[in-house]
Amino acid sequence: MRKISRWFQRNLIRIYAVIAFTYLFIPIAYTFAFSFNDGGKSNLIWKGFTLSNWQNPCGAPEVCTALGNSIKIGFLATTIATILGTMIAFAIGRHNFRGRSTTNLLIFLPMATPEIVLGASLLSLFLVFKINPGFWPTVIAHVMFCISFVVVTVKARIASLDPRLEQAAMDLYANEAETFRRVTLPLVAPGIAGAALLAFSLSFDDFIITNFNSGTMVTFPKFVYVSATRGIPPQANVIGSSMFILAITIVALGQFVGRKRKVS
Amino acid sequence: MSSQKKFGLSTPYLLLLPGMGFLFTFFILPIINLAQTSTQTPVAGGDTGQYEQTLRFQNYIDAFVENKEQFGRSFVYAILATALALAIAYPLAYAIAFKSGKLKNLLLVLVVAPFFTSFLLRTIAWKQILGEQGFVVPTLRSLHLISESTTLTSSAFAVVAGMTYNFLPFMTLPLYASIDRIDPRTLEASGDLYANGFTTFRKVTFPLSLPGVVAGTLLTFIPAAGDYVNAAILGSPQTKMIGNVIDSRFFKIVDYPTASALSFTLMAAILILVTIYIRKAGTEELV
Amino acid sequence: MADVSTSTRGDLRLTHLTKSYGDFNAVNDLSLTIPEGSFFALLGPSGCGKTTTLRMIAGLEEPTQGSISLGTTDITYTKPYQRPINTVFQNYALFPHLTIFENIAFGLRRRGIKDVDDAVNKALALVELPHLAQRKPTQLSGGQQQRIALARAIVNRPALLLLDEPLGALDLKLRRQMQIELKWIQKEVGITFVHVTHDQEEAMTMADTIAVMNEGEIEQMGSPADLYDNPKTAFVANFLGQSNLIKGTVTGNDGANQIVDLYGQKISLQKDRSHGVDSAIYAGIRPEKFRISRLQTATSGNILTGGKVEDVSYIGVSTQYQVMMPWGQELMVFEQNDDGVAPFSVGESVNISWEPIFTFGLRGDEDAEAGTEVNPEEDLDE
Repeated sequence: MRKISRWFQRNLIRIYAVIAFTYLFIPIAYTFAFSFNDGGKSNLIWKGFTLSNWQNPCGAPEVCTALGNSIKIGFLATTIATILGTMIAFAIGRHNFRGRSTTNLLIFLPMATPEIVLGASLLSLFLVFKINPGFWPTVIAHVMFCISFVVVTVKARIASLDPRLEQAAMDLYANEAETFRRVTLPLVAPGIAGAALLAFSLSFDDFIITNFNSGTMVTFPKFVYVSATRGIPPQANVIGSSMFILAITIVALGQFVGRKRKVS
Repeated sequence: MSSQKKFGLSTPYLLLLPGMGFLFTFFILPIINLAQTSTQTPVAGGDTGQYEQTLRFQNYIDAFVENKEQFGRSFVYAILATALALAIAYPLAYAIAFKSGKLKNLLLVLVVAPFFTSFLLRTIAWKQILGEQGFVVPTLRSLHLISESTTLTSSAFAVVAGMTYNFLPFMTLPLYASIDRIDPRTLEASGDLYANGFTTFRKVTFPLSLPGVVAGTLLTFIPAAGDYVNAAILGSPQTKMIGNVIDSRFFKIVDYPTASALSFTLMAAILILVTIYIRKAGTEELV
Repeated sequence: MADVSTSTRGDLRLTHLTKSYGDFNAVNDLSLTIPEGSFFALLGPSGCGKTTTLRMIAGLEEPTQGSISLGTTDITYTKPYQRPINTVFQNYALFPHLTIFENIAFGLRRRGIKDVDDAVNKALALVELPHLAQRKPTQLSGGQQQRIALARAIVNRPALLLLDEPLGALDLKLRRQMQIELKWIQKEVGITFVHVTHDQEEAMTMADTIAVMNEGEIEQMGSPADLYDNPKTAFVANFLGQSNLIKGTVTGNDGANQIVDLYGQKISLQKDRSHGVDSAIYAGIRPEKFRISRLQTATSGNILTGGKVEDVSYIGVSTQYQVMMPWGQELMVFEQNDDGVAPFSVGESVNISWEPIFTFGLRGDEDAEAGTEVNPEEDLDE
């Protein structure tokens, strides 16, 4: 008895972690399980196992259009935000200039502003200039809220870079451009890749800001939200689960490649 | 540093220009425009949604008085969700940082993993799990743990629980980053200097992890206060938050001035709270 | 591709070199010549301006005033990548994303040299690490990284190699071993080495010529033996080893010697070793030059009587005494344990004597403590 209670005491925090992870993963497991539900349009009650949803993920109306839009917006917004944000990060991380603290504040503010305010204010600006909400306004909105996250991520990477490495490159006959291309960029690249991944996942998953600025265009989160009232088709679960598996695979591959590089 | 001279003085500005120009146009200008809109009045005899520029600050008072309940609820829910998330995430982050051994990287991936399924899908999954047709409610009812009329969804409990769940990774990651940086030897030193487990936590671990606590609570509180998706999916008309009001003012009632005044008030309230909080956390001990 | 004239050779000449940060002069009107092929050390405590000097030579810092030239070429404002000068950085600064081979080949490739294999392999062989070519820097030990950093610089056959605290991150044993190796490699390749360090023992072990720097200026320059035996300032006397500095007055001359009165006792000091400007001087004697004797024992040379042993530390090869003199100053005496004489004990009355040729004279208005308060083992980073 005492042995058991001692074991329990020692492993309390591990048991706790297991419970916490279970809590995190219950809805994901649920989503995954119900992607196999033979439930028809409304996917509320378990009606039996089927693979048909996975064989025909575009089976439900609009679901793949929505997915396509989300991916397109995600790629565009990620690309633009990563380029603009990385440039800002280099300016802040590598240079001293007047207005640095103002710049930092302007980077911080969008992150401290609730999404609903970002979405609403941008929409009212578009309305003033008689720009109809839709695809491009949504891309602009996504770039706007992703830039700050890119800046913060890339800046952290630049800050952790030893300035002596760049000096060493210059000392070894590399001019400014070569130093940037051969030393600075390769070393900051993991930070930029991480920032891009973050931007894409923020963009892909965004609902509130998108809802304000997309007009009648459907994105995947919008599709899910709208169909929530009448039950989400299992195809949405298929897409959600696929994204999850894809992302986990990318992360696992990244880890694996990283480790292999270290070893060999 | 010598680098500026080598790249020329205007380099930082050239690097900043596109991005900051973008942020100015699509973040600052909209906020200014929002401020303008918030004092507009309806055009006399005009259609719905037609407003003219005035300086009617009364809009703010009207908007606040009319929606003070939703304001209060937003902040109460957000604070509750933040506190709950902190309570759940802290031991988790501690376990990953100090007790996970070789599993550390895997566990970190698992913390981030929920991000990769749409948060709406997960929220709706909760709704269905805890809903009338899920298995939890009937089970609890048959065990007589809850009465026949009690529901788990469409309640304040469900909304706060949903927000807690959705923002948990935002809390866990910065906490982990902070706790992981703590040298375990400082904890041993504390024990060596006659501090028991609880005192060590209160006097050493927690103060050292404070940057993570501040970052995590901010990353949870700010989006939670402006959130309306959890309230819309998991709540009822009695759990409406300020986000729901702004949303419906914009889209259903087309009352731009009130929506803008509410947005502006929300943003100002959050910024003030955050500033006070950062000051407090930065200069004094939180405990 | 950088335009590098590696044919530029010759002495390195710094002329009135000054580097200011606001009101503060990190390097102040420094002029010196480093002969081609020499192993030159810039020695001083942290913040003395030695690293700033090195960075100006490398081209990583622009002087506020003055000029730098190599042979007949002025390189004051030349870009770092256009100078035939390479640096072994503190903490090595190896590129973590490149293999050891590519790290070493980096400079060659930037200069447009196509076939780098032979040169890289030779450099790896020189530092005795040919088997590590395909590893990444993080997989190497500190000592190995240090050698690779050296190989990466030397492979370019620069006119000048700069070493910035190159051994600071190594443990004591490895440091001693690397000191000998560096000296050997310098002889082998014949390149001028300029070595920055705060470790006087390291500088003395390796360099032909040492310049001792303090507060942006050179205190004294010379061979290690020269600096140690005949320091010209209190700072040098204290920073290089330990010194006993006793306040005195020059009272007369005796041929090539000055007669100095130290609290009533007369000693002699060679004129060419006296750097005082007036009669008030400090007489300096290294602790190991002292001999300690019982009162009745006959002694020759300079003698100071009336000492009393305050403390005795037996440390194997020698015994170190603190001797209190009648005027209230404690003198350090290091005695070799080679004469079979039983050590003196605390409280014993003793005389102290030494050969007059070991006395050096410093200006009487100097701070006798200069150079002692800095602990050279601390503050690796400036």
